[in-house]
Amino acid sequence: MIEDPTLERVLARALRTGGEFAEVFAEDKQSGNATLDDGRVEQLSSGRDRGAGIRVVVGDTTGFAHTADLSEQGLLTAAEAASAAAREGGGGVREIALTRRDVASPSPVSVLPDDVPKADKVAILRQADEAARAAAREISQVTASVAGSRRRILVANSDGLLTSDDQVRTLFSVSAVATGDTGMQTGRKSTGLTIGWELFDRIDIDEFAVEAAQMAITKLRARPAPSGQLPVVIGAGSGGVLFHEACGHGLEKDLVDKGASVYAGRIGELVASPLVTLVDDGTIAEEWGAFAVDDEGAPGQRNVLIQDGVLTEYMWDFLRSRKEGRPNSGNGRRQSYKHLPMVRMTNTFLENGTATPDEVIAGTDHGVYVAKLGGGQVNTASGDFVFGMQEAYLIEDGEITEPIREGNLIGNGPQCLQDIEVIADDFAFGGPGTCGKDGQGVPVGDGCPTLRVAQLTIGGTSS
Amino acid sequence: MTDTATAGTDVDALRALADRVAAQAGPGEQVEAYVSQGTNTSVDAYEGEIESLTQAGSAGIGIRVIKDGRTGFAYAGSHDDDIVADALAEARDNLPFAEPDEWAGLAEPDGVAATALDVHREAVLATPVEDKVAMAIELERMVRAADPRVRGVRAATYTDAEGAFAVATSTGISVGGRSTIAYVSVSALADDGDASVIAGGMSVGRAIDEVSLAEAADDAVSRLLAKIGSVKPESAVVTLILEPRLTATVLGIVSGMLGGEAVAKGRSPFANRVGQQVGSPLLTIVDDPTNPDSLGAEPYDDEGLATRRVPLLDQGVLQGFLHNTHSARRAGTASTASAARGYSSRPGISARALTVLPGEGDLDSLLATVDDGVLASSLGGIHSGVNPISGDFSVSVEGLRVRGGERAEPIKEATLASTLQRLLLDVSHVGADVEWQPGGTGGVTLLIPGVSLSGR
Repeated sequence: MIEDPTLERVLARALRTGGEFAEVFAEDKQSGNATLDDGRVEQLSSGRDRGAGIRVVVGDTTGFAHTADLSEQGLLTAAEAASAAAREGGGGVREIALTRRDVASPSPVSVLPDDVPKADKVAILRQADEAARAAAREISQVTASVAGSRRRILVANSDGLLTSDDQVRTLFSVSAVATGDTGMQTGRKSTGLTIGWELFDRIDIDEFAVEAAQMAITKLRARPAPSGQLPVVIGAGSGGVLFHEACGHGLEKDLVDKGASVYAGRIGELVASPLVTLVDDGTIAEEWGAFAVDDEGAPGQRNVLIQDGVLTEYMWDFLRSRKEGRPNSGNGRRQSYKHLPMVRMTNTFLENGTATPDEVIAGTDHGVYVAKLGGGQVNTASGDFVFGMQEAYLIEDGEITEPIREGNLIGNGPQCLQDIEVIADDFAFGGPGTCGKDGQGVPVGDGCPTLRVAQLTIGGTSS
Repeated sequence: MTDTATAGTDVDALRALADRVAAQAGPGEQVEAYVSQGTNTSVDAYEGEIESLTQAGSAGIGIRVIKDGRTGFAYAGSHDDDIVADALAEARDNLPFAEPDEWAGLAEPDGVAATALDVHREAVLATPVEDKVAMAIELERMVRAADPRVRGVRAATYTDAEGAFAVATSTGISVGGRSTIAYVSVSALADDGDASVIAGGMSVGRAIDEVSLAEAADDAVSRLLAKIGSVKPESAVVTLILEPRLTATVLGIVSGMLGGEAVAKGRSPFANRVGQQVGSPLLTIVDDPTNPDSLGAEPYDDEGLATRRVPLLDQGVLQGFLHNTHSARRAGTASTASAARGYSSRPGISARALTVLPGEGDLDSLLATVDDGVLASSLGGIHSGVNPISGDFSVSVEGLRVRGGERAEPIKEATLASTLQRLLLDVSHVGADVEWQPGGTGGVTLLIPGVSLSGR
């Protein structure tokens, strides 16, 4: 994207007013998607976003500027803007010599999405639409989309680091609306991996679309969700979002440092049921949150956050690990070149237990089984979190019975981690997610086996 | 052009670029270019220092090509000639793969005159960055000094931005404009037993002299202190008291259900209900982007049509829907100039300046009439717990219990549940206390009985 000597000159310019550290993050992202809605392939869309963000650090202050102009002049202008925050420093001339340190991608790619004939993309959408509509006469609407992106990044900094990554993502989703006597209900299924179009070699498109349709149809006969506290069994896969919210965000070192986390100062303490081992791992091949290097150039790595219930480690970005003179954990990420990096999760998941899923359900006298969780959010200061039940059922006398309507579940992170009573051995990753923090969205993965929480509050209307 | 410009954006140049692209329409083709450009400055203060200072600009273009009812779209984050040419070529390349749509078509001039609106302030560009830095640092200091229970500040931010756009079509549209916004926001922390509480406040205007540090600081600190000692409430059926800013949140969800595309595609519970009573007779709701009181005020929508006042509910009776050009054609009506988009997507539909016609009383006088209620201070999990197709509504809530017309204990770890359809019908009181929110919506206090509170 940018020649090495240019990068060296831009970094030197960025430090001219006294900055201690400078970084160029360049990005070239191509996106393409096709959408079918209301029985019609509505539109194919293609996009290109390319630019660089430059930051200059002096003390605890960061100056940042970004530009879509990747010429040397454009980058130098941005470097000067970024150095404005360091204007009071001593200045001087520093020579920067870059050394390339590339890391192999965890996810080999066979077919770049951009190389796929557009007619093939359209054919997938048509097939999904027909299959979902054929599933039942109650299906009144279907949306299907395929999307592919290729994001090439380059990171160069005044420590001499030069590295790059080539991140490919392919996403497929089908949503259906079912209409019945009780109104409308929705079902959705999505899958996404950091691979190319070979994603579709692994999917039975008909089956995938029918599953989305079945979810909507099942919910037509859903009863109002209960109101109040009940035992909750979380199904394998999408339940990983529970841990993303209940403790993942609270283990991000930027929030910990600002006293905005209930997990601050608790390393080495038992913070969860001893059944819980929680991992964040940016190297899981093909998962949605995987990469070779993070958006500050650090290699992705496996970080055990909670081991057998004991808090072992936080997640770190470059600035915070540098300040404390400790290894980086590879969690510095950003939405695009227009954003500053911060501590973010990658693929966050709970490891297997020893029970079987049937045992977990059979051991629940009266509660709720959540087959599919939607998004959530957390207040890291209080630990209170909320997440949505997209597909859920009552458990009565140890058996899954009636479907219930959508609603939120709420709990408190530290309490919820203590309340995990049993974990099964059926680990699965969930669907692709987008995690939002301070206005920036990044792709993340999560996963978990089937498990039961002694009690969560269910936000329904049925007493 | 896309770097840290200090001069204001040249709207004429954006229009000229949009015009040049639209003029390339071939025989039987319609071409639209939506061009945007912006600059922003953002300062985060922490412990009396600048934590980060961002000064940047960005630009983009989105191009739609329509021929024989088929639409192709492409975008790029640059105005460079070769990249724009590539985007136009790519939009044409995409076009044959879309299926014909009899309602496809670009906006055409409809004779509605644009309202003159003063939405741009030179001060955003003229104010030295040092003054903006000082705002963020002072805001943090004010919050830390406000009360000994304030343990810290997670973030104190000053941001201002200028945004400019132009849209031109081969069907005769060629408009442009620019606007500015400035805001300060702060989130403060306090201890509450073993845990912490956090609360935020903000103040918004069109330039630095229109935002109030005191307003943002007072907002954050009063909300923070009110949360200390919160308990998980008993489950109950209560009267929900929505303060103006949360009424604005709920109105935003409802307006999404009144979008013409959702209606036409059978994704709105309000389809086929025009002329029917869908809300309380106390509820009259309009979207009026020509109202200068709203920060959502804009002379044009994102297809280049003049914005106008759109009645949605009149005394609870559904009047109609929000439309862009496509959904209006499909419904056999005229666009309400509600097209909204960024450069990387085709036009969607959105309200800009929703408001409820004021009733009587304010938060305090209405609260005094509530025997058993919850005064919500924040609602959470809206994106996961509210389904605009089924209308299911389930959100987490923090706020105060209200008993016998008095504020009682603060609550946390609780949810409120109903359906959006029921919430609209059950409104029992509408306040007169219109407060314009940062998102452009004018909220009032609402009372809604019969809402399920889940707790212990």
